[in-house]
Amino acid sequence: MTNLSSQPAANAQTPSTMDLVNKNLAKRYRAEKRFKAYGIAAILFGLACLVILFTDIVSKGHSAFLQTYVYLEVTYDADTLEIDDINNPQQIAIADYSALVKASLRQQFTDAKSRKERRNLYGLVSNGASFTLRESLEDNPALLNQTVGVWLLADDDVDTYYKSRGDDKADAFVGRLVPKQVAWIETWITNQQIKKRFNTTFFTSGDSREPEQAGILGAMAGSLFTLLVTIILSFPIGVAAAVYLEEYAPKNKLTDFIEVNINNLAAVPSIIFGLLGLAIFIGYFEMHRSLPLVGGLVLSLMTLPTIIISSRAAIKSVPPSIRDAALGLGASKMQVILHHVLPLSMPGMLTGAIIGFAQALGETAPLLMIGMVAFIVDIPGGISDPSTVLPVQIFLWSDSPERAFIERTSAAIMVLLAFLITMNTFAILLRNRLERRW
Amino acid sequence: MKKLLISASIVSVTLSSILFTNMAHASRDYISVVGSSTVYPFSTVVAERFGKSTQFKTPKVESTGSGGGLKLFCQGVGIQFPDITNASRRIKASELTLCQDNGVTGVVEVLIGFDGIVLGNSNQAEQMTITLKELFLALGKKVPNPDGSQTLVTNPYTTWDQINPSFPNHKIEVLGPPPTSGTRDAFSELALEGGCKKIDWIADINAQSKAASKSGNKALANDLKYEFKSICHSVRDDGAFIEAGENDNLIVQKLNANPNALGIFGFSFLDQNSDTIQGTKINGFEPSFDFIADGSYPVSRPLYFYVKKDHVGVVPGIAEFLAEFISNKASGQEGYLADKGMIPLNSTLRKQVKADVKMLKPLAL
Repeated sequence: MTNLSSQPAANAQTPSTMDLVNKNLAKRYRAEKRFKAYGIAAILFGLACLVILFTDIVSKGHSAFLQTYVYLEVTYDADTLEIDDINNPQQIAIADYSALVKASLRQQFTDAKSRKERRNLYGLVSNGASFTLRESLEDNPALLNQTVGVWLLADDDVDTYYKSRGDDKADAFVGRLVPKQVAWIETWITNQQIKKRFNTTFFTSGDSREPEQAGILGAMAGSLFTLLVTIILSFPIGVAAAVYLEEYAPKNKLTDFIEVNINNLAAVPSIIFGLLGLAIFIGYFEMHRSLPLVGGLVLSLMTLPTIIISSRAAIKSVPPSIRDAALGLGASKMQVILHHVLPLSMPGMLTGAIIGFAQALGETAPLLMIGMVAFIVDIPGGISDPSTVLPVQIFLWSDSPERAFIERTSAAIMVLLAFLITMNTFAILLRNRLERRW
Repeated sequence: MKKLLISASIVSVTLSSILFTNMAHASRDYISVVGSSTVYPFSTVVAERFGKSTQFKTPKVESTGSGGGLKLFCQGVGIQFPDITNASRRIKASELTLCQDNGVTGVVEVLIGFDGIVLGNSNQAEQMTITLKELFLALGKKVPNPDGSQTLVTNPYTTWDQINPSFPNHKIEVLGPPPTSGTRDAFSELALEGGCKKIDWIADINAQSKAASKSGNKALANDLKYEFKSICHSVRDDGAFIEAGENDNLIVQKLNANPNALGIFGFSFLDQNSDTIQGTKINGFEPSFDFIADGSYPVSRPLYFYVKKDHVGVVPGIAEFLAEFISNKASGQEGYLADKGMIPLNSTLRKQVKADVKMLKPLAL
């Protein structure tokens, strides 16, 4: 009773909790809003950076997916090619097809008189054109002594000029082209002898020092083989280690020591794994440099800690009741693990592993030490062929002086990003599909 | 699940065992090239053409830097070691000793051409004309006292017009490669030391060192030489010289963004970006193909590669690759390497190199 009577008096002097709450309410709502706004701002900032990065890469790189071709009337002249027996594949293989291109160019532009001018004229068509002609003659020997119109690969200087030109001649990037060369290209443009086509070369060939012939397939194959070795080695080993540590290992100083070391290894800079690989695989086992096998081994060492840590977390998250129930029904420890724990923790393990592999896909530093930062033209056919990987290819192109490599660098980045997005999407889909709730 | 696990482990165990046992002594059917990132763009062009025009596989070219390449190269004879190494400087006596200690006795030196090192700025700004001495005064860490006494002071110049009144009134800002780069070594040696020597009393130190070495006083000679080098090769670190990384394209981009800055990069990058960048005239000569080739432009360096003689005939195609590299169509006056920005040798020097290569004459320093 005293409480009731004293309350109004107290109200008059000191405000009640409710009043305090009401008074502060607006302020608290504002703080709440601000707090939310910080979060949104952080996300917007991240998104803005991403958008800037993507626009920059796409705006620089999209033009690399098109390639300039020039239409020329080429005569497969038997005398120029020095082919007297069309059924002799040897003769077809070694003939000088660039002479055909040169003859055709000379025929069209009779104003190229001096040696220097002719050199300039020949420079307009890529030296890859002769391989196109050889292939078409190999496919169809009846072409000998015939005159046919063919679309041939243009040189990278022509390519850059034509792409930057747009509708106005003044916008074009002239670069190393001399005025006469520009005049010849303009003649082609008026004759509609020049056009842009989808750049299939970019996806079907290996590296080249001629930008118009450079492709990403070699690096893609190299990445694939390297990653394959990494997956085959690191996933089973990582899962086995995690199962032992979680399910069997006694809790003592030794296992604590191992745990500390695994966590520590996850944070070791990747270049150190490269040095380790150089010393062990190349130094001690005398393997060759630049092989996807060695790259895969090094990257396995690098991703193992990540896989072990994520697998252990996944195994830990399986409720003990499931283990107890299985044991209670008479299952052995191995049966519990193989039939219950592993299937239930698989989504978590796979997510962790795929993130580890995505990281390995983007790695260059350790590969530098084992010689995968290299110029390799032939497309690797297996894990013991020398090869390079996508991020290294990007690095090498970005360092090249040729102007046309700038757009190819960005295009290669787009390919790598597409790879990464696919892998991460796959990781999320897999998790959603396999995830089980209890 | 069980089957999957078992098969996975079987696959990985067999795979690794096969690889570890078989890989070690397999033969190699492609040439392995390592070395300088400056020679890389030229070496790769030859490798690619060689691969396309012969029955041999395309050589593998790694970009490891001159020093790193020589270290790998000198590790021994055998197919797991590289056959050829590129260098943007000559092999050092210590490196040749390392080679010999490891059993690499026959090393054939091939001089392929020259590379110009260019000082350039955006062509929105004025083209500069500078002498090597002025360049040293702008970039040296310690420079002679402006009052004319024979003492060194920490570089006091902050704007170009303090060095020469005809220069623009800009802050001195030069973007260049870091000390790990061969371009930087060559720049210090050719440009800075070249300018430094133009100051008589510093050049005297070098002359005294040579005199001391002649008279047999080795210790004094070394001390003086060290003093000379440390004066001439030290680059200022007060922010006027900016280390912009090994990527020359990046330097070119930064010059476009900042027209007041100068940059140091290889000649082929000037050649490819002539629409936005102009070369600075040094000692009155523009960095053009012709001036570098005839030696009037002072900052150019030789490009070499070194071949392991014991590998010729073991790894297929080395002799043919050498022949392609020194052929007229590759490294001649109008060869395809010249199109890529390499400055070819003059004809007498080329003849000499060709003769040496044909005989596979081993190098002796």
